[in-house]
Amino acid sequence: MEELVNLFHGFAVALQPYNIMLMVIGIVLGVIIGVLPGLGGANGVAILLPLTFSMSPTSAIIMLSCIYWGALFGGAITSILFNIPGEPWSVATTFDGYPMAQQGKAGEALTAAFTSSFVGALFAVVMITLVAPLVASFALQFGPAEKFAVYFLAFCSFVGLSKEPPFKTIAAMMIGFALAAVGLDSITGQLRLTFGVTHLLNGFDFLIAVIGLFGIGEILLTMEEGLAFRGGNAKINLRVVLQTWKELPAYWMTSLRSCFIGCWMGITPAGATPASFMSYGIAKRVAKKGSNFGKGEIEGVVAPETAAHAAGTAALLPMLSLGVPGSPTAAVLLGGLLIWGLQPGPMLFVEQKEFVWGLIASMYLGNIVGLLVVLTCVPIFAAILRVPFSIIAPLILVLCAIGAYSVHSSTFDVMLMLVFGVIGYLLKKCNYPLAPLVLAIVLGDKAEEAFRQSLLGSQGSFGVFLSNPLVSTIMILGLIALFWSVIQEGYSRLRSAATA
Amino acid sequence: MTTGSSSNTGPTHKLVEAGVTLLIALFGVIVIAGSLKAGINWGAEGPRAGFFPFYIGLFIVASSGINLWHGLREDNDGLFAEWGQLRQVLSVVIPTGIYVGSMPFIGLYVASIVFIAWFMRWLGKYNWITVLAVAFGMPIVTYLIFERWFMVPLPKGPVEDWLDL
Repeated sequence: MEELVNLFHGFAVALQPYNIMLMVIGIVLGVIIGVLPGLGGANGVAILLPLTFSMSPTSAIIMLSCIYWGALFGGAITSILFNIPGEPWSVATTFDGYPMAQQGKAGEALTAAFTSSFVGALFAVVMITLVAPLVASFALQFGPAEKFAVYFLAFCSFVGLSKEPPFKTIAAMMIGFALAAVGLDSITGQLRLTFGVTHLLNGFDFLIAVIGLFGIGEILLTMEEGLAFRGGNAKINLRVVLQTWKELPAYWMTSLRSCFIGCWMGITPAGATPASFMSYGIAKRVAKKGSNFGKGEIEGVVAPETAAHAAGTAALLPMLSLGVPGSPTAAVLLGGLLIWGLQPGPMLFVEQKEFVWGLIASMYLGNIVGLLVVLTCVPIFAAILRVPFSIIAPLILVLCAIGAYSVHSSTFDVMLMLVFGVIGYLLKKCNYPLAPLVLAIVLGDKAEEAFRQSLLGSQGSFGVFLSNPLVSTIMILGLIALFWSVIQEGYSRLRSAATA
Repeated sequence: MTTGSSSNTGPTHKLVEAGVTLLIALFGVIVIAGSLKAGINWGAEGPRAGFFPFYIGLFIVASSGINLWHGLREDNDGLFAEWGQLRQVLSVVIPTGIYVGSMPFIGLYVASIVFIAWFMRWLGKYNWITVLAVAFGMPIVTYLIFERWFMVPLPKGPVEDWLDL
């Protein structure tokens, strides 16, 4: 019950006119970011983070998280109308969304996509409201060994669940850890890996990495493809919306399943992209009209959109309760917490009640505002895409430069951003995942600290990571996640051997 | 842009990927070297500064080795990108490099105006009126939002000093 009281306090915070205004600004900016190529949730939030330095943490997180919701909504618009996924998680939405638009049912597809996004997000927020305080109070008892075990689990699930080759995921992740280690060692106060370069004393800031890897890298990829937008008209009127809403309850089963998939994939840091693909794949296999998938089936829009939005929202649960972000955008928000002087992790629920519950309440409200904004303003957002790329691209590059500069007021960071951009382009082309790299930069110091403190306590014995039931369970779960693909393969081999 | 036709040439995917993998391995070696310098054994205060990154470096080198082996064994004759596509990419990277490199000297605003104008005029072939409108409009809007509204100072050069902004 205490949670309900806290939640109502949260609503009181989120409903202040100033915060409502930030919410609307955030959503609109977010949709624009989601629609534009080269700007996504993670780097969009990273670029705008410096603007929030002077705000109160609660208002800042409300605006930034709303940018995130907006970006999640926005990805669907370009997928359906232009067959261009504005975000990686909306790739699966193009499979049925674009055919629907070609058949003149763009309005239905968009309504279905937005409504499903909303349902997925709402499900995840309710889950966060109920589960996050429990997880946090549980996590308050964690010592350094348990903390390290949680990081271990998070990174192992990346390796086991990502669709990229496991050793590429490991390589990308380790690059991130190495970058995080550069500079002042927080425990001994010693400098390391700087090789005498003064610019590296403070290490690599992950915000610069995010803006470079995702922003500049994405622009370079788009340039290579020589992108030209062509697409149908977007018109949504109330009649279409109501008609689609009448149709949607028939897919409640798909919707519910996608919610669960999304929440699961969001909490384990697999993220929204695999969640949307998995949900689409399962829906295709299970649905009555499964063979029609890919030709413009509304269920094929409902499944990935629900899962993507549920995953994107659920990614905030581990960030709030454990300090382990479930997605790159959640990682940027976590970076924001540090900048505003808050310590992410379970103590937030004890020390910063107003902040946590204000954020959770704003997640309810933000998604309602988001649904209204996208349903009413689709034609405006679609028009942005008609602005040619040769105008959009330099503007985005300049924005990225401004964002990178204003993190530490350093022009060196701007050059670093471009280097990260080229690296991001190469890694992406060679099928290395970027999300684990970014998460490792964010969590590297904390993971190392937990690791070294545990070893310090045990005098160097690795047995500390199996010393009690709790820590061993988490570590074993981590190992299972790490070898998940191997286990799956072995199991299916065993089964085929048994049936043969 | 045409893709998939056999007349198009460019570096093969295999070659570029092997190069990227080797660069990652080299990075791993640098990390190991740096960690050794910082000390990887136990000191009076527990594990020393290089202890953790040393193993990270080992992981990078080892996984790169496996990736290199996988990459070379793979039956992939595809192109990484066509030369024309790479030229497109470089036509953004090089001006952006000049843009960020000139920023400490002439400030962000002047550099942005020149950069946007160059991009739109040479790559987009717009008429000068559109070019100038966007090239000057964007930095002015940026100035108002960042410096006036949110009080975030951006790098300035001699022109801004002269205009006393």
